[in-house]
Amino acid sequence: MTLTDTPGAGSSLLDARIPDGPIHEKWDNHRFSMKLVNPNNKRRFEIIIVGTGLAGASAAATLGELGYRVKVFTYHDSPRRAHSIAAQGGINAAKNYRNDGDSIHRLFYDTVKGGDYRAREANVYRLAQVSVEIIDQCVAQGVPFAREYGGLLDNRSFGGAQVSRTFYARGQTGQQLLLGAYQAMARQVKLGTVELHTRSEMLDLVVVDGRAAGIVVRDMVTGEITSHAAHAVVLCTGGYGNVFFLSTNAKASNTTAIWRAHKKGALFANPCYTQIHPTCIPASDEFQSKLTLMSESLRNDGRIWVPVNPDDTRSPDQIPEDERDYFLERMYPAFGNLVPRDVASRAAKRMVDEGRGVGPRKNGVYLDFAGAIERLGRQVIEERYGNLFEMYDRITDESPYEVPMRIYPAVHYTMGGLWVDYNLMSTIPGLYVAGEANFSDHGANRLGASALMQGLADGYFILPYTIGDYLAGMLGTQAPPTDHPAFREAETGVRDMTQRLLSIGGTRSVDWFHRELGRICWEYCGMARSREGLEKALSEIPALEAEFWNDLRVLGSADTLNQSLEKAGRVADYFEFAKLMIGDALHREESCGGHFRVEHQTEDGEAQRNDDDFAYVAAWEYAGPDRDPVLHKEPLEFEYVIPTQRSYK
Amino acid sequence: MAQATKTRPDADPTQQRPLRRGRGLYSSAVGKKYVMAITGIVLMGYVLAHMVGNLKLYQGAEHMNAYGEWLREIGEPAAPREFLLWVMRVALISAALLHLHAAWGLTRLNWAARQKRYAKRSDYIAADFASRTMRWSGIIVLAFVLFHLADLTFGTANPDFEYGLVYQNVVASFERPVVAVFYIVANLALGVHLYHGAWSIFQSLGAANPRFNALRRGFAIAFTLVVVGGNVSFPIAVMTGVVS
Amino acid sequence: MSEQVINLTLKVWRQPGPDAEGEFKEYDAPGINTEMSFLEMLDVVNERLIERGEEPIAFDHDCREGICGSCGMIINGQAHGPMRNTATCQLHMRKFADGDTIVIEPFRATAFPVIRDLVVNRSAFDRIIEAGGYITAPTGSAPEANLIPVPKEVADTAFDAAACIGCGACVAACPNGAAQLFTAAKVAHLNLLPQGQPERWTRVQAMVDEMEAHFGSCSNHRECEAVCPKGISIDFIAMMNRDYLKAQFKNRRLASQSG
Repeated sequence: MTLTDTPGAGSSLLDARIPDGPIHEKWDNHRFSMKLVNPNNKRRFEIIIVGTGLAGASAAATLGELGYRVKVFTYHDSPRRAHSIAAQGGINAAKNYRNDGDSIHRLFYDTVKGGDYRAREANVYRLAQVSVEIIDQCVAQGVPFAREYGGLLDNRSFGGAQVSRTFYARGQTGQQLLLGAYQAMARQVKLGTVELHTRSEMLDLVVVDGRAAGIVVRDMVTGEITSHAAHAVVLCTGGYGNVFFLSTNAKASNTTAIWRAHKKGALFANPCYTQIHPTCIPASDEFQSKLTLMSESLRNDGRIWVPVNPDDTRSPDQIPEDERDYFLERMYPAFGNLVPRDVASRAAKRMVDEGRGVGPRKNGVYLDFAGAIERLGRQVIEERYGNLFEMYDRITDESPYEVPMRIYPAVHYTMGGLWVDYNLMSTIPGLYVAGEANFSDHGANRLGASALMQGLADGYFILPYTIGDYLAGMLGTQAPPTDHPAFREAETGVRDMTQRLLSIGGTRSVDWFHRELGRICWEYCGMARSREGLEKALSEIPALEAEFWNDLRVLGSADTLNQSLEKAGRVADYFEFAKLMIGDALHREESCGGHFRVEHQTEDGEAQRNDDDFAYVAAWEYAGPDRDPVLHKEPLEFEYVIPTQRSYK
Repeated sequence: MAQATKTRPDADPTQQRPLRRGRGLYSSAVGKKYVMAITGIVLMGYVLAHMVGNLKLYQGAEHMNAYGEWLREIGEPAAPREFLLWVMRVALISAALLHLHAAWGLTRLNWAARQKRYAKRSDYIAADFASRTMRWSGIIVLAFVLFHLADLTFGTANPDFEYGLVYQNVVASFERPVVAVFYIVANLALGVHLYHGAWSIFQSLGAANPRFNALRRGFAIAFTLVVVGGNVSFPIAVMTGVVS
Repeated sequence: MSEQVINLTLKVWRQPGPDAEGEFKEYDAPGINTEMSFLEMLDVVNERLIERGEEPIAFDHDCREGICGSCGMIINGQAHGPMRNTATCQLHMRKFADGDTIVIEPFRATAFPVIRDLVVNRSAFDRIIEAGGYITAPTGSAPEANLIPVPKEVADTAFDAAACIGCGACVAACPNGAAQLFTAAKVAHLNLLPQGQPERWTRVQAMVDEMEAHFGSCSNHRECEAVCPKGISIDFIAMMNRDYLKAQFKNRRLASQSG
């Protein structure tokens, strides 16, 4: 790793372009100062959007409505399949409908604090501001949020927040929000402003004269490689959680789009900030393909425990109270089972590491509802968690009404992503990044119900303004033709890589390599990280990567649907990305949010930040295939939320 | 191994020839289902009235024949003899023809929409025998109706037919076991047809209401039992000598 | 929870491309852990195929938690297999017994051409949504969210309809290859809500017309409802039929847009 300390905000590479003025006026001032594109001129601009999750679909719909010519690409068979659809809990907004003291400033404050003081204040404040409009927009689109008997919107408290600001649609909030955005986009498809390309995977970004000029795409049905040019490119391609192989992400979720953009010059920020969700169903066998998340709301009524005796083989209901260790309640008397995600996850890991895990593989902890059922009655529990219990039962064949659930943490969300400025533009002019794919708003830890908020804020209310500001300056210019040498070169690169993957002719499948890579990442760069472990990972991965390029077996051809080939390209990128993530984790000599370094903890085992040395965004520049990435720092200044050490005792 | 192909089926499925042509209500399948349902109600009304009228068989020849004569007389003297009977017949024939035409159109559409069957034919989960055999039960009923007209309306299929002597004609007809058996089989087919049709009407007309849904099945069963029970009793009564 | 290992025989539809002929191939699948999901079982079979130098079976899948609607196949003649209210990815191998032969086929319908093996093209669903499955609410134009109260029962029923995951099992299970349940679910979701009223009649007309360009008609078999992973009711189909008829007779220029 090369640590090139650039002088912060003065760095030409990392100008965050944060507007002047008091924090609550920044976005307003900025909207006024940005240049506009005349309605008649909007149709002269082409915009490419990659990904159709909350950020991508909402951006496509809105930019189409404004009159831009939009091309949308997704590797799914339909835009509606994007993984935003799986979000369960809800979406935060500072509506203060409960009259319980919420405000834009409080949502802003909670998000910066929850992010462990590693997020950019101005971005977070804007997010809290537009959160209010998001709810209005979604209701107008027909999103069936939960309502009260009076017909008004219902709210709940989520993830330990002290106010009820979370809007939800049963346990399927992400689905309903995504369908709203997808439908708005579908309307634009019909109107002809948005051109939809399904089963099309972006495999490279094309940069001409230092600006993003288009992308190279593989048609996943015919294998055809095509180039698409535009005045601006927006990546809304989600996070990189699948680098760990086992995560709650969808199977196809990958880092390829942002990684290849990174290799074309976009800086990658904070890759080591990964979020572990405490309440997932533990792996049941060695062929487990993914992990399933159970809503965090379960911790409101469930009690988490393990047997005191690690060798206790009795069934949980046979274990008397005094032989149970309610470890969260013991370690964190004030917050108990409701401590934040990272704290709960690490505690569960500690139990399993001590050999006190439960279940046939001793890889989980109990989440027990017996007490709650006794106290509230089965009916109340059924109303609150019925659908979750049913899902758990379907997967494990155990009824949580009868026996305690078994849970274990799993990778769930990634806070890091491509570095973007206040306008959501990366370090490549004309390349915008939105949603989970960028690094912007969650710092080192994301609060529950904030991911949906950020995706929609970016797509509906931020990008449509900021992209106009960029395009206004390009009036009169044409997007470069797709026979430009840069496109030809990128196409050749994609074809070469495809051929290379097909021609290795080794013995092992892509999944085998992915599983092995994931195992290393989870072991050494998962919930708890140490210098020693991270260095070990950095020494193991190159060997595995070399084996990948020597012993991979991808059958079939490049010109049909070939799912192994698709995976192989993604895993190849994960190998490169994993080294960056681990390098970032190694360089960040502190513990903050989702990044926990065992060397940096308090006497009680809590995360210890180092604000003096690490209150910055680490943005990495790709320096070439065999060269260490170059670190650029964007210093973080906290004017409105003064950093304190989190305590949940 | 697979040939490289440029056929991209999902590029634009609307490029495929649309299954439906035309834009009016009747050209739509939903519209045709309305026609099926409304004509179905007309035909259900008819089979019920037909069965109720024929109960006169149990009152003897005089009543039965008078009933036949009454049918020809209704409307007199305001309208000519048999005028209203023909109005009803035309309405009934139109309903039957529309029912058939719509069914034919829907069948063709459905065959086009689902050309391949599954290799493993599992038991249907919800679809019952009645719903799956509507076409067959309909064809059996149609064939019977044609015979029935030739037998008891035109008399061409009944050597003992005498115009106006309804009672004697019915008894003469049912004394032929083959006819009686055909009659019973056709009525069972009618029953199967009604069992699904009388339930299905509400769905096609959009009159399904969760509050009454449970009653729909009961209605269909009761209606079917009344009509089929009444009808089947006639040949049995003749063959067992209760009516002679 | 009883972890077991079972041996299976699979008969899987293999079709190398959209225009190629397909056929059933038989594979032995020994040593399947009953804790696996159905798709994990296929993963294992695919790993073994790759080891043997045979191309793996292509099938659509993504979230593997029953919400994205990507997966879907006919398992022993039933869409999504033998378990009710369950998508293929949530089906577990404990539902099968040692020695079973499992027949796996792609969803069949004229509107769902096979792309490869078990992968079919369901983009006709997108065309139906594009035809009218939305509420026109350009970004920024929305009124305050609590301005229009929606009775809880209405919101709940709209949600029941909106829960559709667009997997296409309803079409696959229908002997007529009809998409009434999918279309009706979206029509009902939007037509029930006050926000959906201005476009209520044009929406149902446009969506049904688009649907009928690709799919068959409804014979009220109720197979769709039985295989729907979200248990969506055919009552919504009746609702759509009613709205479609009303739409034909609404004088949209003069009449009130409501009711």
